[in-house]
Amino acid sequence: MIARNPIPHPTHAPPGAHEPATAKQQFLADAAEHIRDTGHRAFVRKALGGYYKSRDTQQARYRDWEQARDAASLAKWSAVNRLDELLPRFVAAFEANGGRVHWARDAAEARAIILGLLEQANAKAVIKSKCMTSEEIHLNAALEAAGYGVVESDLGEFIQQLRGEPPYHFVFPCMHVRRDEISDLFGKHLGTPPTDSPEELTMIARRHMRRLYVEADVGITGANFLVAETGQISITENEGNARLTVALPRLHIAISGIEKVVERLDDLAVLLPMLATAGAGQPMTCYNTLYSGPRRAGERDGPEEMHLVLLDNSRTALLADAEQRDALHCIRCGACLNVCPIFKNVGGFTYGTTYQGPIGSVITPHLRGVANWNHLSGASSLCGACTDACPVRIDIHHHLLHNRRNAARTAPSRLEKLGHRLFVFVASRPWLFAAGGWLFRKSLPLAKALKPPLLSAWLATRDLPPAPRESFRAAWQRRRR
Amino acid sequence: MNVSLFIPCFVDQMAPQVGLAAATVLERLGHTVEFRPAQTCCGQPSFNAGYWDEAKAVAIRALEVFAGAEAVVGPSGSCVAMMRVFYTQLLADTPHEPAALDLAARTFEFGEFLVNKLGVTDVGARFPHRVTYHDGCHGLRELRLKDEPRQLLAAVRDLELVECDEPESCCGFGGLFSVKFPMVSTAMAEVKGGSLARTDCDYIVSSDPSCQLQLDGWFAKNLAAGGKRPRTIHLAEVLAGEPR
Repeated sequence: MIARNPIPHPTHAPPGAHEPATAKQQFLADAAEHIRDTGHRAFVRKALGGYYKSRDTQQARYRDWEQARDAASLAKWSAVNRLDELLPRFVAAFEANGGRVHWARDAAEARAIILGLLEQANAKAVIKSKCMTSEEIHLNAALEAAGYGVVESDLGEFIQQLRGEPPYHFVFPCMHVRRDEISDLFGKHLGTPPTDSPEELTMIARRHMRRLYVEADVGITGANFLVAETGQISITENEGNARLTVALPRLHIAISGIEKVVERLDDLAVLLPMLATAGAGQPMTCYNTLYSGPRRAGERDGPEEMHLVLLDNSRTALLADAEQRDALHCIRCGACLNVCPIFKNVGGFTYGTTYQGPIGSVITPHLRGVANWNHLSGASSLCGACTDACPVRIDIHHHLLHNRRNAARTAPSRLEKLGHRLFVFVASRPWLFAAGGWLFRKSLPLAKALKPPLLSAWLATRDLPPAPRESFRAAWQRRRR
Repeated sequence: MNVSLFIPCFVDQMAPQVGLAAATVLERLGHTVEFRPAQTCCGQPSFNAGYWDEAKAVAIRALEVFAGAEAVVGPSGSCVAMMRVFYTQLLADTPHEPAALDLAARTFEFGEFLVNKLGVTDVGARFPHRVTYHDGCHGLRELRLKDEPRQLLAAVRDLELVECDEPESCCGFGGLFSVKFPMVSTAMAEVKGGSLARTDCDYIVSSDPSCQLQLDGWFAKNLAAGGKRPRTIHLAEVLAGEPR
C-alpha cells in the first residue's frame, strides 16, 4: 500500500488558502520577509545563472530564434482563436483512439469527475506526474480527504510533497531547496543516509518510487499539448516518471486546460524544442511522449482506460477578452519567471497563486477575480524582461498594464482616483504645474523631515537628492535672455 | 533641424542640468533648439497606475503642445516611450489617433536622435573616466535602444566603457511601484546597484533620470561611506563635456 502523504499539515499555506481580502497584505508581508532572506535570494539567482548560460547556448543553435518565436506564436494563436473548431476535432480523434473526455467547467467539477472515476475503478492508490492543472484545482487535498493515497512521482514535486509545500516555481518546483536539505528530508522520511550527490539523491527517490508505480491503480498526469489532428496527448518530462505513471496503473487520467490544443502534429516540431530551450535551457526535454489511447488488444502495457479532463476554469472568459487572449498561448515553460526580477526577489510562494511570476500575475486576476488579485499586476516595474523571454510572444508586461486599467475602471481606489484627477488638473495648467513644482522643491527639506506616506516609503531605503535652486523652465528662460 | 525639447516633469524640477546639457549638445551640432513652456508631463504616472481615462487628457494636451514641431527630443527613454508607444495605444480608436501616430513618428529619445536620426556618433566630447552604461528598461525594450548609447560613449575621448554583469536588469524604479512596493523596488536596486558598483566605475551613465534617482538614492543609503561610490550621470551630460 502506498502511504498517505506523510506530512498532513503544510507549513506553507497552499494557493487559495489566503483570505481573499488579505491577498495583497499577505503579498506585502511575505515579500518583505522573503527579501530580508538575502541568502535565499542569492541562492535562487545563482541557480538561475546556470540556466541563462545554457539557454543562450541553445538559443544560439537556432538559425533564427526570433523567427522560431513567430512560428510558435502563430501555431498557438491559430489554435487559441479556433478552439471552437479544434477542441471538438481533438475530442473526436481522442475518443476514436479509445480515450474518454470529460468537460469540467471549474475546479469543483474537475475534482468531482476525478473522484467519480476513482470510485468507479475501485481505486486505492494514486500516482501522479507533474501537473500544474492539478495544483490549480487543489486535487491532492481533495484526494487525500477522500482517503486515497497520493504520491508525486516527479522528483521536484516529490520533494515538495515531503516538505508539505506547493511548487515554488511551476517548472522547477523545488529550485529553492538546497541539496543538503533534500538529503536531510530523505533521511527523515525515507530513512536514507546523508549524501551530497545529486545522482544518489535521484536514485533514492527512484528506488522508493518503483514499487509505488506498480502498486498504484491510477496514474494522473497533465498534458503539454493536445494534438487535434491525431487525438494524441503530448507530455514532456525529464525523468521518465510520466511514462511509468501512464503505463503501469490500470487507469490513466490526464488533466488539461482547454487552451492546450494545437492543430497539427507538425506544430510540435517547433513547440517542443522551444518549450525546452526557453524554459530550461535544454535542446530538447529528455522524454517527449505522445499518448494515443489505452492499451489495445495484443499490446503488452499501457492503461486499460484513458481519461482526459478538459478544464475551463475561467479560460473561456479570458478567451473572450480580445486584448489579453494571447495569454492563453502560454505553454507553461517558465521562461518569464526565470528572467523576472520580481520573482527572483520575492520568491515563488509570495505570489500565493498556482502560477507564479509574470504570466501568473497576468492570468490570476482572470482566473480568480480582479478585485483580490490585481495587486500582482501592480507589483511590477514593467521592465518587460518577461515579454522578451516568452517563446510564444505573449505581451506579458503590457497585459499587466491592461489589468491595472481594468481594475481602475471597475474597482478604483477612491483616494488614488482623486490623486490622479488632481495630477491631471495640475498637469493641464502650465502655470499651476510650474507653481506646484516650485512648491515641491522649496518644501522638499521639510517633507523629508516630516516623511508623509509614499515619500516615507522611498526614504526608508533610499535618499533623495536636494532639489536644485531653479527648474529647467526657469533656467531655460534665463539662458535665452 | 528644428528640435523641440521634451523635458520630463522630474527633469524640469529635479535635474534641470540634464535638459540644458541635451540642448548644448544639439546646438553644438548646429541644430536649433526650442522649449515650449506649455508642456508639463507625459502622463505616465496615471497611465501606469491604470487611470487611462485621466491620462488621456494629458496625452491629448501633449499632442497640441508639440503640434508642428519638426522633431521632439526628450532625455528620457521612459517618457519618450510613453509618447511614442503608449499614446498610440491610449488614443487608439479615438479622433486623436492620427495625431498620436504623427507625434510618435517625430519623437525621439536623445541618444537615439543623435545616432539614428542625425547619424552622429562623435559629438566631440571628452570625459576622462571609467564608466558603465545602465540600460533603462523602456529605452531597451520599448524603444529597442541598446547599441546607440554605447556607440556615442565609444566615441567620447578618454572614456573607458565597461559592462556590468547584469546589464539588462531593471533598477527597480518603476514609478509609483517604487513607493507602492518599496521593499521589492529596493531589492531590485540592491541587485542592479551591486552589479554596477562591481565594475569599479567612476560614473554610471544613463538615459533615464528616473533610474538615476533610484540608483543614486540607493547608493547614498547603502554603500559604505568613505568607500568608492559610483555616481550616475545622464548621457547628455557626458556628451556635453565634463560633469559639474
